[in-house]
Amino acid sequence: MDVFFYIAASVAIISTILAISGRNAIHSLLYLILSLLAISVVLYLLNAPFIAALEVIIYAGAIMVLFIFVTMMLNIGIERETEKKWLNPRMWIVPSILALILLVNLILALKNVKSIPADNNVILPKQVGISLFSTYLLAVEIAAILLMAGVIGAYHLGSQKKKVKHRFLEIK
Amino acid sequence: MLTVSIETQILFAGILFFLGLIGLLVRRNMIFMLMSIEIMFNSAGLVFIIAATHWKQPDGQVMFIFILAVTAVEVSIALALILQVYHHFKTLDADAVNKLKDHN
Repeated sequence: MDVFFYIAASVAIISTILAISGRNAIHSLLYLILSLLAISVVLYLLNAPFIAALEVIIYAGAIMVLFIFVTMMLNIGIERETEKKWLNPRMWIVPSILALILLVNLILALKNVKSIPADNNVILPKQVGISLFSTYLLAVEIAAILLMAGVIGAYHLGSQKKKVKHRFLEIK
Repeated sequence: MLTVSIETQILFAGILFFLGLIGLLVRRNMIFMLMSIEIMFNSAGLVFIIAATHWKQPDGQVMFIFILAVTAVEVSIALALILQVYHHFKTLDADAVNKLKDHN
């Protein structure tokens, strides 16, 4: 089973690199969807089939479709000058090196952790549901309030200001 | 089933997180910055799942569901903001949106 983990992990990493370095927004979004599907395979291998299904349905299905619709609505195909200037190596090499230093730091920290062997048993959706609606009931309600606020905020931000046009009375 | 050590699994999530961080720092296009934030959220959720599998507790998966809810809200609000910015400035460059002055 390990070989599946390594294959899915490398597909996820490569497609994520392609997604963040692409020029065309739609192509990058499609790479990101591929990356999410690969992560979903990893989640399945980690004995979390319910979460793997949620990853495909909600992340790759709903959130990425929202991204793609907005990208298509904005009709972004033209390369902007600033982005072109930013994408030459002189500009991106410093933040990349700083982030890589942090990554090396994490790798070294992980090397010093004493390894605990994990045995496998699948956590069923039933256990997740029981935990969700008993221990974490308050958090579920807070998440519901957050979703409600999100709906109202998205409606408010998304609504266009109505322009009043009159032959004699032009309101600006 | 899976005999990959937990360090390797966390390393995978860490690499994804840092790819998202690099994307957020380097790109100036708002769509790409939002995508990078998504990658970082996703890798954080992956660490929760790894821990849940390791300790055989459902709590990590519950946390992933909360991350999913937060991400959905964040994406919808951010995309609405991006649409507004595009209508005002006709660009998605984050550097163009550095003035609080009213452009009407």
